[in-house]
Amino acid sequence: MLEIKNLHASIDGKEILRGVDLVVPTGEVHAIMGPNGSGKSTLSYVLAGRDGYDVTDGEIIFDGQNIVETPAEERAAAGVFLAFQYPLEIPGVATMTFLKAALNAQRKARGEDELTTPDFMRRVKAASEKLNVTQEMLRRPLNVGFSGGEKKRNEILQMALLEPKLAILDETDSGLDIDALRIVSEGVNALRSPDRSMLVITHYQRLLDHIVPDKVHVMSAGRIVRTGGPELALELEAKGYADYAGEPA
Amino acid sequence: MPAIQETVDQVRQIDVDQYKYGFVTDIESERAPKGLSEDIVRFISAKKNEPEWMLEWRLDAYRRWLTMTEPAWSRVQYPKIDFDDLYYYSAPKSTSGPKSLDEVDPELLAMYEKLGIPLREREILAGVEGASDRRVAVDAVFDSVSVVTTFKEELKKAGVIFCAISEAIREYPEIVKKYLGSVVPVTDNFYATLNSAVFSDGSFVYIPEGVRCPMELSTYFRINERNTGQFERTLIIAEKGAYVSYLEGCTAPMRDENQLHAAVVELVALEDAEIKYSTVQNWYPGDKDGKGGIYNFVTKRGDCRGDRSKISWTQVETGSAITWKYPSCILRGDDSQGEFYSIAVSNGYQQVDSGTKMLHLGKNTKSRIISKGIAAGRSDNTYRGLVSAHRKASGARNFTNCDSLLIGDKCGAHTVPYIESKNASAVFEHEATTSKIADDQLFYCLQRGLSSEEAVALIVNGFVKDVIQQLPMEFAVEAQKLISISLEGSVG
Ligand SMILES: Nc1ncnc2c1ncn2[C@@H]1O[C@H](COP(=O)(O)OP(=O)(O)OP(=O)(O)O)[C@@H](O)[C@H]1O
Ligand SMILES: [Mg+2]
Repeated sequence: MLEIKNLHASIDGKEILRGVDLVVPTGEVHAIMGPNGSGKSTLSYVLAGRDGYDVTDGEIIFDGQNIVETPAEERAAAGVFLAFQYPLEIPGVATMTFLKAALNAQRKARGEDELTTPDFMRRVKAASEKLNVTQEMLRRPLNVGFSGGEKKRNEILQMALLEPKLAILDETDSGLDIDALRIVSEGVNALRSPDRSMLVITHYQRLLDHIVPDKVHVMSAGRIVRTGGPELALELEAKGYADYAGEPA
Repeated sequence: MPAIQETVDQVRQIDVDQYKYGFVTDIESERAPKGLSEDIVRFISAKKNEPEWMLEWRLDAYRRWLTMTEPAWSRVQYPKIDFDDLYYYSAPKSTSGPKSLDEVDPELLAMYEKLGIPLREREILAGVEGASDRRVAVDAVFDSVSVVTTFKEELKKAGVIFCAISEAIREYPEIVKKYLGSVVPVTDNFYATLNSAVFSDGSFVYIPEGVRCPMELSTYFRINERNTGQFERTLIIAEKGAYVSYLEGCTAPMRDENQLHAAVVELVALEDAEIKYSTVQNWYPGDKDGKGGIYNFVTKRGDCRGDRSKISWTQVETGSAITWKYPSCILRGDDSQGEFYSIAVSNGYQQVDSGTKMLHLGKNTKSRIISKGIAAGRSDNTYRGLVSAHRKASGARNFTNCDSLLIGDKCGAHTVPYIESKNASAVFEHEATTSKIADDQLFYCLQRGLSSEEAVALIVNGFVKDVIQQLPMEFAVEAQKLISISLEGSVG
C-alpha cells in the first residue's frame, strides 16, 4: 500500500525529513512515535502533498505509483486521508456542506456519480451517531468554536465518510477525554479493514491499548530509527526517547 | 452544493483569458460625433424626440457641468478622462422597436445566450411561458436604447408603467417632471450632472397606489460601442402602499480603451411603499495587467419620502476596473427603513470604492448595512459608508456590519465608516472584521479532495451567503457564479 524510500524533504531550505524509509502493507496499522520536533507531522504533510514542502530526494509509492509530484487533491481522491493534528476552522461553511462537497469532489475525480442528498444524509447520520457528533455540530461552520475533542471526532467522521485507502492520524488522541478516546478508538477500529492501511502518530501508549498496531516505528531527527511490534510502545513509555537522541533537527 | 458544483463547472468552461464575456457583436450603431457641446446635447434630445422642457433641463445641466470639476476624494486612481474624446450617443440601427421576438436581431438573442442570462428569462425572451407562476419582465437596454420589452400588457393591466425613460418623457411627462432630479439633484455631483445633460436611456417604473407589481422587473445593460460613454438614467416611483422588486444586471465585451459609465438611479417610495433594487454588475474589469476595463461612476439614491416606506439595495459587484458607487437611502418619512446589502469582489488590478449613505431624517427610522468585500490579486477594495442622524431623527437606529476577506497578500481592504449623529437618542452600531483565506485552510480543503477553485468558492460562498440570501432566486445562482468566475486564478 505505502512504501516510502529514502524520503528527504525540506521547508524553506531547511531539511526536516532526512531519509525516511517505511513500508505499510495493505490492511496493516502502524504507529509512529517520536520526540517533539522529530518530523512526524512533517511526514504526514509530505505524504498528503502540502505545498511548500520540497521533496529533495526519495519516493513515496502509494498503490504502486510514485505520488511525489501528484497534487494534494488528487492524492485525496486516490485515497490518502490525513486527520490533522490541528484541524482548521472554516468560517461560514457548514460542516455538513463541507462534508458533502468533499465527498462529491472525490467521487467526481474518481469518475463516480455524486451522491443524492438522501443517500448522503443516511451515511452522515450513521457515521455521526457512532462518533457522538450531533446534528447541531453538523450545522455549525466547520470546526468553528468546536472544542479540541469535538474537532478530533469530526476528523474521524470525515475519515469514515471518505473511506480512504490510507489514513494518517496525527495525534488524534491528544485533547481527548477518556470517553472520547474510547469513542474515537472504536470509530477507528471499526474502519480497520483488509483493504485499508493506517499510520497512527501518537505520543501515548494508551491510544495503542485501544488501537493495537501491527508495527511501531520510532522517528527521530527526520528518520525512522527503529521498528518493532506493539511491545516497543511499552518500552518507549518506560524509557523515553533518550536512546534515540539523534542530531538535533 | 449544486450551486457550487455549477459554479465550478462554469469556471472550468472558461478558457479564453479571465473574462468570458469578451466578445463584440457587430450590430451597426448610429452615433453622435465625439465630444461634448450644447450641439451634442441638442442632438441627443432631438434623437429622442424630446419635448422642449427636457432639452432645457439637459442644457441647464450641461452648463452647470462646465463649471464643475471631477471629485478626487475616493481611494481610486485612474488616468484623467478626456471628456472630449468620448461618444455621448449611440443606438442600434433600427430604433422603432420590434413588435415581436421574430423582429429582434438574432445577434442580440445569441448574445443573451452567451451571457448566460438565466434560462427562465431567456425563455421569456423566446416567448415561452415559465413553469413558475412568478415571472420576470425584461426590458433590455441594448446600447442605450430599449430594444425589446415584454409583458407590457400584463403590467398595464395592473396599472404598472415599465418602459424606457425616453418613452416616459414623451408619454408621461407630468410624472417624469415631478420626480426626475428630485432624489439626485442635477448638481448633485460631477457625474450625476454629466448624466443629466447627456443621459441616453434607461428604465422608468411607476407603481400606482396600493399595487403590488405582479412580477420582478429586470433589465440588462450592455456597453457595446467603442469609446461610448454610457449614461443610463433610471427612475422608479412606488406610490402609497405599492411594492416593486427591480433587478438589474450587466456585462460588457472586452475592450482596450477604458469606458466610462456614469449612471443615475433615483427611487422614490411614498407612504407604506417598498422598493427592492438588486444589481449584479459584471463589467469588463480590465486584463491581467490592469489594462482596459470599465470606469463605473454611479449615483444611486433612494428617497423614503413617505412614512413607513422601505428601500432595499442589494448589489453584487464583480466587474469594472474602477467602481465608485454608493447606493443610498434618504430616510425622510417617519418609521421608514433603508437597507444596503453588498458584495464587492475585486481581483487583478480592480479598484472598488463603494458603500452607502443612510441619512436618517425622520423619527424612528431604521437602517441596516451588510457589506462583504472580497479582495484578491492586486486589487484594492474600500467600503465607505456614512450613517447620519438629523436633529429631528429621534429613535434612529442603524446596524452596520462590514466584513472583508483577503485572498493572497498583494490586495488591500479598507473600511471607512463615517458616523454623524445630531440626535442623542440615535443608536448606531458598527461591526467590522477582516479575514484572510489562509494557506493552511486551503490545504485542509485540498486534502479532503476539493480543488483550489472549489475550496475558494466554498469559503467565499460561506462568506457572502447573508447577502446572497437577499437576492431574488434567479439572481442568487448567477451571482454565485459570477463571484467564482471573478476569483478564478486568485490562488494556487
Ligand atoms: N514551516 C516551518 N518552517 C520551519 N521549520 C518548520 C516548519 N514546520 C515545521 N518545522 C520544523 O520541523 C521540525 C519537525 O516538526 P514537526 O511538526 O514535523 O514535528 P513533530 O514530530 O510532529 O512534533 P510534535 O510531536 O511536537 O507534533 C521542527 O523542528 C519544526 O520546528
Ligand atoms: Mg506533530
